[in-house]
Amino acid sequence: MKATPKSINAPRVVTLKINGQDISGREDESILDLARENNIFIPTLCHLDGLTDIGACRLCLVEVQGMNKLQPACVLRPSEGMEVNTDSPRLQRYRRMVIEMLFAEGNHMCSVCVSNGHCDLQAAAQILGMDHVRLDYFSKPRTLDGSHPRFVFDENRCILCTRCVRVCAEVEGAFTWGVMGRGIDSRVITDMDERWGESTTCTGCSKCVAVCPTGAIVDKGKGASEMVKHREFVAMLREQREREG
Amino acid sequence: MPEILIDPVTRIEGHSKISLQLNDEGEVVDAAFHVTQIRGFEKFVEGRPFSEMPSLMARICGICPVSHLIASAKACDALLAVRIPPTAAKLRALMNLAQIAQSHALSFFYLSAPDLLLGMDSNPSERHIFGLLKHHPQIAREGVKLRAVGQTIIEVLGGKRIHSAWVVPGGVNAPLSEEKRDKIAAMLPEVIAIAQRSLDWFGEMLDRFQSEIASFANFETLYMGLVTEDGALEHYDGHLRLAELDGTVIVRDIPADNYQKYIAEAVEPTSYLKSPYYRPYGYPKGMYRVGPLARLNIVERVGTPLAERYFHHYRSLDRQSSFHYHYARLIEILYAYEKIQQLVDDPHITDTRVRAVAAANAPEGVGISEAPRGTLLHHYEIDEDGMMKRANLIIATGQNNLAMNRGVLQVAQAYIKKGKKIEESMLNRVEAVIRAYDPCLSCSTHAIGAMPLRVQLFGPDGTLLDEAVR
Repeated sequence: MKATPKSINAPRVVTLKINGQDISGREDESILDLARENNIFIPTLCHLDGLTDIGACRLCLVEVQGMNKLQPACVLRPSEGMEVNTDSPRLQRYRRMVIEMLFAEGNHMCSVCVSNGHCDLQAAAQILGMDHVRLDYFSKPRTLDGSHPRFVFDENRCILCTRCVRVCAEVEGAFTWGVMGRGIDSRVITDMDERWGESTTCTGCSKCVAVCPTGAIVDKGKGASEMVKHREFVAMLREQREREG
Repeated sequence: MPEILIDPVTRIEGHSKISLQLNDEGEVVDAAFHVTQIRGFEKFVEGRPFSEMPSLMARICGICPVSHLIASAKACDALLAVRIPPTAAKLRALMNLAQIAQSHALSFFYLSAPDLLLGMDSNPSERHIFGLLKHHPQIAREGVKLRAVGQTIIEVLGGKRIHSAWVVPGGVNAPLSEEKRDKIAAMLPEVIAIAQRSLDWFGEMLDRFQSEIASFANFETLYMGLVTEDGALEHYDGHLRLAELDGTVIVRDIPADNYQKYIAEAVEPTSYLKSPYYRPYGYPKGMYRVGPLARLNIVERVGTPLAERYFHHYRSLDRQSSFHYHYARLIEILYAYEKIQQLVDDPHITDTRVRAVAAANAPEGVGISEAPRGTLLHHYEIDEDGMMKRANLIIATGQNNLAMNRGVLQVAQAYIKKGKKIEESMLNRVEAVIRAYDPCLSCSTHAIGAMPLRVQLFGPDGTLLDEAVR
């Protein structure tokens, strides 16, 4: 009989402090997971339960004693004696700046957006108290791909969280979505930057629509405020598959 | 040539100015109404999904967002090529009527009643809604009430007063509950009574305005608006009729999908406001008017019992004077609330089937409805993916542009005489003729505009003789 690796090399449990609170957790969990398990709020955008974390949006930055640089909580692992702080004037300043930059970079018009009232970016801006954007808007012309019969990809509202890329690869296994370009020129694309409606890999499963935090990937035909998304299925699917081996 | 400039024109929605040209004798020989603002919606919607249009187009206006919602949704229905459920059409019509009532109350009580009740010659520092509240508190409060109920009905239906997203391509996105219906019904008796009282006192004082009635755009034009199958007043859906004052019907039903055969749009270098005209008659002979006056001038009857009584009185008036937009507006407020009463009494109004679902099936769609200020037309073209290729908007205010311009000239000629110093009250009458039309300039300038009111008086050599700026 084969021994399960889990029983032999079970992850170690470590003790640490988050916001001065003593916490113990497995060393393979993230600081974000541990904080949430202990009802400590850390804002996120690119994180979604059930998808691999990549630390892209920088909203979950936390302070760690002994480290000069701020660390993204979603990919930070705990270690024995670690002291983490999730809220400070500096963190609030950084997080708000991150949100403002996202708004300045894209073309976000909440009032007429299909995701108005159901948008993670809008919710994050509200939570972080963003009442205006101090930066000049880029107002860069961006493309809108309406070639798919059921969905629309509006790049104006994309914040490059790559949830679509990850859900398509990790859960659906279709690998339709990808990222091309670098820095400010980065874009989310379908297949080899072909029109979505012409994609030969897309299964039309709509998982990308569900996980997209904004109105960037949406159902076709929706009017303002009508795009309501349900995302719990991602973590459930993931869990079920792991259980079945 | 000397010129008088009135800049900005006040107590209207949007920014404009008026210029009056004088000859060597100091008589007014020409006048122009310049719309000086630009909104540009026709341009920047290009490339967007058509399904976003109703909410996006509603942003054209904060006064009449519902009108744009309705016309836009109807254009989208045409793109879907569906017939929307009957209850959805009734609910949209209900919201449109609430919009007409509230907007008319704003125009009459907030913007024009100060001229009418305090006097065209009264002290300008008090000639506004607050002056009205001071000197005629009961009337002012009732005007506020007429508006508030219309706004509240819109809120009950769509969740908010301004820019509700309830009207969607294919219908509306939620049915009307019995509770909400009862809430609307409970508000109606009071406003129906107020509307009648307002018609009574205003009807009695019309005689005082003989000289304004004679000079406020009192000339022949054509009139256009929606009518029902049997020739009654209609604001949501019906036959688009073009007629003369004596009832001669020029076009019985301008088809939405072929409106360009009948309506052409001219552009003047002095204004951002387009000037639509009746194509077969040419420009500018094809001048026509839209709005409450036009609608009442083309119908055979109104269609609700109380408003019908006042309509008979209206028929006896000098109906080609734009001064009577005011009385027509009050009749429409009464009509709107009576019609809303009929709609909420309809047992099917609470039916839950209120939306037809389809993808884009037609490359082009035109939606026509009656906005408070007149016929509103949204024309969309989409590509194969359902993205907007082109939008053309024919806004009520634009269709009155030719008549407004000629009206300004007529009233200026009647009140500004050679050798007489220009009084503020003369200029106020020049503005008041514009107010009678209740123009909404923010709504109407999309070809690329800003409009404050300024009147300039120029002499024959082009020197500026006098100027009034507000």
